[in-house]
Amino acid sequence: MEVRVQNIRKEFGRFPALNDVSLDIRSGELIALLGPSGSGKTTLLRLIAGLESPTEGTVYFGNEDASRKSVQQRNIGFVFQHYALFRHMTVLDNVSFGLTIRPSGRRPSKADIRQRALELLDLVQLSGLEKRYPAQLSGGQRQRVALARAMAVEPNVLLLDEPFGALDAQVRKELRRWLREIHDRTGHTTVFVTHDQDEALELADRVVVMSKGQIEQIGTPDEIYDTPNSPFVFGFIGQSNILPVRVENGQLWIADRSIGVSAQGEPDGPAQLYFRPHDIELLDGNGGCIAGLVTVTRRVAGTRHVELDIGGANSRVEIELPPEKVTSDHSRVAFRPTRWKLFRD
Amino acid sequence: MAHDGATTAGTGNTELVRVATSEHRMARYTLIGLALCFVGLFLVLPLAAVFTEAFRNGPGEFLTVLSDPETFAAIELTLLVAVIAVPLNLVFGIAAAWAIAKFEFKGKAFLTTLIDLPFSVSPVISGLVFILLFGSHSLLGPWLQHHGVQILFAVPGIVLATIFVTFPFVARELIPLMQEQGTSDEEAALSLGASGWQTFWYVTLPNIKWGLLYGVLLCNARAMGEFGAVSVVSGHIRGLTNTMPLQVEILYNEYNFVAAFAVATLLALLALVTLVLKSLLEMKYSEQIAASRRH
Repeated sequence: MEVRVQNIRKEFGRFPALNDVSLDIRSGELIALLGPSGSGKTTLLRLIAGLESPTEGTVYFGNEDASRKSVQQRNIGFVFQHYALFRHMTVLDNVSFGLTIRPSGRRPSKADIRQRALELLDLVQLSGLEKRYPAQLSGGQRQRVALARAMAVEPNVLLLDEPFGALDAQVRKELRRWLREIHDRTGHTTVFVTHDQDEALELADRVVVMSKGQIEQIGTPDEIYDTPNSPFVFGFIGQSNILPVRVENGQLWIADRSIGVSAQGEPDGPAQLYFRPHDIELLDGNGGCIAGLVTVTRRVAGTRHVELDIGGANSRVEIELPPEKVTSDHSRVAFRPTRWKLFRD
Repeated sequence: MAHDGATTAGTGNTELVRVATSEHRMARYTLIGLALCFVGLFLVLPLAAVFTEAFRNGPGEFLTVLSDPETFAAIELTLLVAVIAVPLNLVFGIAAAWAIAKFEFKGKAFLTTLIDLPFSVSPVISGLVFILLFGSHSLLGPWLQHHGVQILFAVPGIVLATIFVTFPFVARELIPLMQEQGTSDEEAALSLGASGWQTFWYVTLPNIKWGLLYGVLLCNARAMGEFGAVSVVSGHIRGLTNTMPLQVEILYNEYNFVAAFAVATLLALLALVTLVLKSLLEMKYSEQIAASRRH
């Protein structure tokens, strides 16, 4: 189901957690709310769920105004970071819970509920564990039970609050891929909150980057990574270098040197140059480049990270080189950013 | 000797190396001995004395004094008071713990302190509070008297005083437990469509049941054993407003030692049963807390 959030404002006491946030979530989409802690991403998720009520603004489920509906009436599936499984119930009872508590008119028969719960456990690859208790499962297994439990009620939208946050790196990666598969198979509209950008970029159809109670940018992972529209997004997503530069006649200058990058159409004046460590080309020459002395090199998986001191204040730059390119400390390296963006204060 | 510490391996040195936190054997035996002496002198000996005094003239006499109508009435009254006070405090305790653990509101710290009040006030004062509230010179007393409601020197006063004194037991037991468990289990149930009542019944209550039982047990023990507050409001009317602890005092003051100690054995038995149940619960309950931590 399509979910629309319109001009939502939320204050806790006098502290504004969300400020005029609007977001359209398409039916069947897998969307990530990404941001540092305190950015309001979890609050937005809980507002969609109905676990919080907005100070101002409206939440639509389809064409229906859901703002005045209680969490029970919204028929959502919510998955918590720490699973929130009912510890005194077996896995099967946990998954069946949403159906067994329904009033008798809307409740499927006992056999049907059991059937459905077993199907879901099969879907989340936990067949055979239905008689276990949550304490007898690993973290990853518990979170899969939580997902099955949320899906049992055929929710309008699945909401996941840092679903992999409490798991270790290996399991997290596995579950990520697995969640994507489940989503492709079931087609539930899904919103998940994360502070892990890899998770958001790898998993989501679209990513919503949030900061300080506002949405900074909404886009596909490619758009977010390749064309960040604000210094915050550029700095928050992936690695980035920031250099103070000057624009003069469509050319970029650092101090008294032109760096060989043309910025046609940019007005003259000071600006901040943003570029990623891997969006560079190495040069031999002396003019029209950024040059510096190697201070530190680190080998990270398939690339070599090289830190350069390019002189002047605020002068540390990190670039990525192919691993076969060996640089010794204090040797000189010249380069030029190939893909970059200018932001002005 | 292995428990004294590890031998330094490999070097052939047989000297024992003590673990840093373990004491010398002398120190250990002295401390254990002291503790045992203390327990024996102050706990076991009095308990043994109570039972020997009660059975001094044989079990026949023991049963005879217990079937004395006044004593029997005291036992009945004590049970009646507990049957009324404990369930009420169960409900109050859950409500208070729920409010404090699951919601944020103004005056929460004050309410928490207030719940502890009966623990910090002398039971005699607790009783006097009700004299001041319902006595013949108070505002409420004459009005209630006029309408034929007897509070003081009657069962209602005893029940009220007992409820007041035993109020903290259930709430105090539940607040930390519920705070630790947080609200996400409840939120999960609500998001799955459960009503507030279903959430309480199927999720909250099972999560707190061991803590709740533990609190109820302590509450019950105190309700049956309370002396000070009840003594002030009861009026000591024989066969009518004497609870077991009051009956013990009266019998003792009349030099009716066998009867006094016979009733006392019942109270002591209650204490022992409570202790055993408490230990059993603690075993169960600690497993559950550990499980919820792992959770």
